Amino acid sequence: MNLSVHLPGLSLQNPILPASGCFGFGREYSQFYDLNKLGAITIKAATGETRFGNTTPRVAETSSGMLNAIGLQNPGVEKIISDEIPFLEQYSTPILANVAGSTEEEYEYVAKTLSDSGKVSALELNISCPNVKEGGIQFGTDPTLAASLTKKVKDISDVPVYVKLSPNTSDIKEMAIAVEAAGADGLSMINTLVGMKIDIGTGEPILSNHTGGLSGPAIKPIAIRMIYEVSQVVNIPIIGMGGVTCKEDVLEFLLAGASAVAVGTANFRNPLICPELIDALPELLDQYAYSSIEECIGRSWKNARESAPFSRS
Amino acid sequence: MLTKEDLIIVENKQIAKDTYEMKLTGEVVQFMTEPGQFLHVQVGDGWEHALRRPLSIANVERDNVSVVYKVIGFGTEWLAKQPEGQKINVLAPLGNGFPYKDVKNQHVLLIGGGVGVPPLYYLARKLKDQGNTITTVLGFQSKDAIFYEEKFQELGHCHIATDDGSYGTKGFVTDVVKQNAFSVEKYFSCGPTPMLKAVIQSMSIPGYISLEERMGCGVGACFACVCEANNDIDVKGYRKICQDGPVFSAKEVVLS
Ligand SMILES: Cc1cc2nc3c(=O)[nH]c(=O)nc-3n(C[C@H](O)[C@H](O)[C@H](O)COP(=O)(O)OP(=O)(O)OC[C@H]3O[C@@H](n4cnc5c(N)ncnc54)[C@H](O)[C@@H]3O)c2cc1C
Ligand SMILES: Cc1cc2nc3c(=O)[nH]c(=O)nc-3n(C[C@H](O)[C@H](O)[C@H](O)COP(=O)(O)O)c2cc1C
Ligand code: FES
Repeated sequence: MNLSVHLPGLSLQNPILPASGCFGFGREYSQFYDLNKLGAITIKAATGETRFGNTTPRVAETSSGMLNAIGLQNPGVEKIISDEIPFLEQYSTPILANVAGSTEEEYEYVAKTLSDSGKVSALELNISCPNVKEGGIQFGTDPTLAASLTKKVKDISDVPVYVKLSPNTSDIKEMAIAVEAAGADGLSMINTLVGMKIDIGTGEPILSNHTGGLSGPAIKPIAIRMIYEVSQVVNIPIIGMGGVTCKEDVLEFLLAGASAVAVGTANFRNPLICPELIDALPELLDQYAYSSIEECIGRSWKNARESAPFSRS
Repeated sequence: MLTKEDLIIVENKQIAKDTYEMKLTGEVVQFMTEPGQFLHVQVGDGWEHALRRPLSIANVERDNVSVVYKVIGFGTEWLAKQPEGQKINVLAPLGNGFPYKDVKNQHVLLIGGGVGVPPLYYLARKLKDQGNTITTVLGFQSKDAIFYEEKFQELGHCHIATDDGSYGTKGFVTDVVKQNAFSVEKYFSCGPTPMLKAVIQSMSIPGYISLEERMGCGVGACFACVCEANNDIDVKGYRKICQDGPVFSAKEVVLS
C-alpha cells in the first residue's frame, strides 16, 4: 500500500510524524528505532535566544492526558542549527522546524535563520503556546495579528510555512481563514488546551506555572471537531494532532480532514508508537477498503458536501 | 541499551508501612548494572494514565531486579495490587547512576531518606565488592516505615533516624551525621530535596546526590525534569534529571 503524502515542502513516505516538543531534536528516540521510518520529524520550538523555561514541576498527569508548562525551553535557534540539526542530517527524513517568539521581530529572526540554514524542509509557526507570558498565545487568538505575522514570516522564508493553530480561541475557522489569506502553506492543529490541576493535599496548583497545556487522548474529540470544521473552509493541507495513540486514531484524523498526523504525548508512554502506527496503517486501510492516504483525507465531510454545515461554497 | 520491555513480576510484597518491594525479571535486567539508574514504569490499562512512573533500581540479583516503592497515588497503588506472573512494561535502564567504579578501599557514607533509600542498597553492594568500608545513615518517618535495615547492616554500620523518635535517633539524618563525625572520604545521598539540601550543607567532602522531579518522557526529549546547573561550571544553565542525572555531583546542581 502506498502511504505517501505530498505536502508543501514535505514529501512524506507515510503520514506519521512526531509533534513538536514531544520528541526533542530526535536524538533520544533514535535509540529506540531508525528515524528514517518517520514521515517527517517536528523538532522542538526554537526562539531567538536561549530560554530556560518555567520552574518545575512542569508536568502533571490528568485523566487520559497530561498538562505541561515547559515554557519553550530551548538553546536558541543558532545552537539548534549548529548543535542539534546536524544529528538529524544523517537521516533522509524531512525536518519541520517549530518557530516561536515573543515579538514579530523574534519570529522573523528565527524563521529567517532556520530557512537560510538550508537544513529544514518547512517551518511550523507556533502561535499557540499557552505557557509563556508574552507572545505565542496572543498571536494565536487574534486573526489580524496572526495574519500579519504569517505574512511577514512568509516574506522572509524560502521554505513553506505551516501555522500551528491554538484551540484556545472562540472561532478557530476565522483564524485558519486569516492565515491562509496571509499566505500560509499549511496548518498544524491542534496545540494544547489551557488547563489546571490542584493538589488536594497541599491545596495548591501542581504546576509551578499554575496552568499548563492539556494534551493526550483527553483532547482528541476537540482536535477532530476542529480539523473537521477547518478543513472545510480552507484549501491548504492540515497536519492533524491531539491525542493520537492508535492506528484507528490516525484514520479518524485523516477522515476528519488532516493530510498527515502528528503524535505527541503518546511517545512518552510508548517510545515506539510512531513506527508501530506506520507498520499498522496498511492493514487498517485495507480493512476499510482504502487504497491510499489521499482517499481518506476529509472523507467524513466530502461525501456530504452539500449538507456540510461549514462549507464555504 | 535503552529498551522497552514487559518484565514479569516474580514477587511483590509489603516490607514496611505503605512500602512494597517488587522483584521483576526479563531480558533487560542484564543491562541494569549501574546503581542509581531507574525504570520508567507503565501503570494501569489503556490510556487513562498517560505517564509512566520513575522508580529506582534497588537491587539486581541474578535475573531479578528489585524496586522498592511507597504507595502515594494511583500508580503505586496499582503496582501494589499486581500479582506474581503479571507483566509490567518498563523503559530501562534510564539515566546515569552513581559514579562508583573508581571508589576503592575507601570509607564512604551513604545517606538516604524514605524512598530515596532503595538505590543506595544496590550502590552499597557494588561499593562493598570494591573493598570499601560502608557506613549508612537512613532516615524514615517512623519505626513502621523502616525497611532494609538488616540488609545494610550486613554491608557495614547502619544508623537509623526517625522523625518521631520511635526508633533510632530522633531527628534527621543530618543530626546523626553531626553527632558521629564519621571520618569518611566520600558520600552518596538520595532522598527528598530538603534532606539533600541539608546534607550538602553539612558535608565538606565530595559527594553525589540523586534528584527527583516529575517526568514526562524519562529519556530527555520533553524538558519536563530540569534542574538548575551551577553556573560556575556550566553555561548551559540546566540539567535534565532523567538524562544527565538523576545522579549529580553535589557541586554540579543548585537545589531549589
Ligand atoms: C529518578 C526517580 C527515582 C525514583 N525512585 C523511587 C523509588 O525507588 N521508590 C519510590 O517509592 N519512589 C521513587 N520515585 C518517586 C516516584 O516516581 C513517585 O512516588 C511515583 O511516580 C508516584 O506515582 P503515583 O501514581 O503513585 O502518584 P500520583 O501522585 O498519582 O502521580 C501523579 C503523577 O505525578 C508524578 N509524581 C508524583 N510524585 C512524584 C515524585 N515524588 N517524583 C516524581 N514524580 C512524581 C507521577 O509519576 C505521576 O506522573 C522516584 C522518582 C524519580 C524521579
Ligand atoms: C511536553 C510538551 C511540550 C510541547 N512543546 C511544544 C512546542 O515546543 N511547540 C509546539 O508547537 N507544540 C508543543 N507541544 C504541543 C504538541 O506539539 C501537540 O500539539 C499537543 O501536545 C497535542 O498532541 P498530543 O495530544 O499528541 O500530545 C508540546 C506538548 C507537550 C506535551
Ligand atoms: S522527563 Fe522528559 S526530559 Fe526528563
